[in-house]
Formats: sequence, C-alpha cells, structure tokens
Amino acid sequence: MNPGYRLYYPRWYRKRVPIFWWLHKRSYAVFIARELTSVFVVYAVAVVVALVLTLNKGEPAWEAAMSRLSHPLVITAHVLVLFVILFHTITWLNLAPMAIVVKLGDRKVPPTAVLIGHYGAWFACSVVVAWLLLWR
Amino acid sequence: MKRSREPIIWVLFGGGGMASALFLPVLILVLFIALPLGWVQSAPIDDLQWLVRHPLTRLGLIVFVMLCLFHWAHRFRYTLYDGLQLSHLNEVIAVLMYGMAMVGTVVGAYLIWGVG
Repeated sequence: MNPGYRLYYPRWYRKRVPIFWWLHKRSYAVFIARELTSVFVVYAVAVVVALVLTLNKGEPAWEAAMSRLSHPLVITAHVLVLFVILFHTITWLNLAPMAIVVKLGDRKVPPTAVLIGHYGAWFACSVVVAWLLLWR
Repeated sequence: MKRSREPIIWVLFGGGGMASALFLPVLILVLFIALPLGWVQSAPIDDLQWLVRHPLTRLGLIVFVMLCLFHWAHRFRYTLYDGLQLSHLNEVIAVLMYGMAMVGTVVGAYLIWGVG
C-alpha cells in the first residue's frame, strides 16, 4: 500500500517520566548526587589553579588570597565542598574492586586487597601532597 | 566499521575520577581550610614557588586539570541525559560537554605553563 495513504499509523507508546524521577527512591537520589559531585570537582580544581597563579605572583598576593579564603562564609562553603569530594572519593574507591580485576600469574587478587590497595594509595597521595605543601 | 571513541573517553573519565579522588581531599583540606584558618603553617613561600614553577609540577597539574575536566564532562553528560530526560539531544550535549572540557584544558594549560 502507498504509505502516503496511511494517515493514522500508531505512535510509539512512551511513558512520560517526570524530570525529578530520581527523587522518589533513595538509591536513585544517591546516584544523581554522585554524578553531581563532578561539578564540585571542577570548582575545586579551578580554585587550586587560581591559587597556583596567585602563588606565582608573590607573597603579598598569596597572603591576600589566604585572608579572603578565611572568611567564615567561604570556609563554610569549602567545608561543604570537602564533604562532597569525600563522598566522591569514598564511592569511587569502593567501586574499584568491581571495576579492576588484578591477576598475579593465574591467581586473582582478592577484591578486598584491591580495595585496601586503593585506600592505601589515597593515604600515600595525601601524605605526599601535605608534606610538599607544609614541610619546612 | 567505524571505531568507537568511547574507550578513550572512558579512560579520561576514569583517570579523572581516580586523580580527583586521590588528590582533591588533601588539597581542599590543606589549601582551602587549614592554611587560611592558620591551623598549620605552609612551607616557606620560596619553596612553594619553586615547587609550582618546576616543569614536572606544571606538567602534572595540566594533566590533572585535563583529567578532572573530562571526568566532569562525562558525568555531567549522563546527568543531563538521565536526570533531565534529554537523551534525544545526545549529540549536541556530548559535543558541548567534551568541547567545554577541551577548551578548559587548553586555557588551564596556557595559564599553568605561564607560571615560572
């Protein structure tokens, strides 16, 4: 039949999903929250880069930046940022054993060891960075 | 057959997730909170300047910025698809997100390399 004659063909049936579908179940909300931590990652990286540029300008600029960062509202916001990033770090590292399967010879490294290894790496990175920034 | 770009994007996303997970908490705690509040004293400013001007530090920072931006681009892309039901804008959103990550990387690299 000439398709031009078929005026009334059935439309695909698609159920309408509300925009805030993910608010109705805890695990969905956690999923979206985890996705949104990436926005905070970009914010934190931007501030780190800004601080690097300030540091390059010299001590007065650095001191001025530090005093601006010490404002109570800024500190409060940054404590919140720290908690969001910790949420990202913990959920990310906890997933590592599922994403990474390490084999030694023909034996599989147990997932717990992979997990402990990642937390160890987090600890080591933190110590090295803190040492670089604070050692005198 | 056209080769998928997905693996490259996944490596950038995963690398960014890992790099930000490992390094951002300590950077935020020390630089954003402990130093401004005077809980700790920083290394002498000359040492810090030497550190950030060192080519390896700058290179590392540029890679770090790139990975974190692509991590964001990838996650935010799927947030827009799933969270806001925008799957029909698939291509526009992908180009926009990865494009922004690329522009951010270039700007960041230019600024960071200019240090020193």
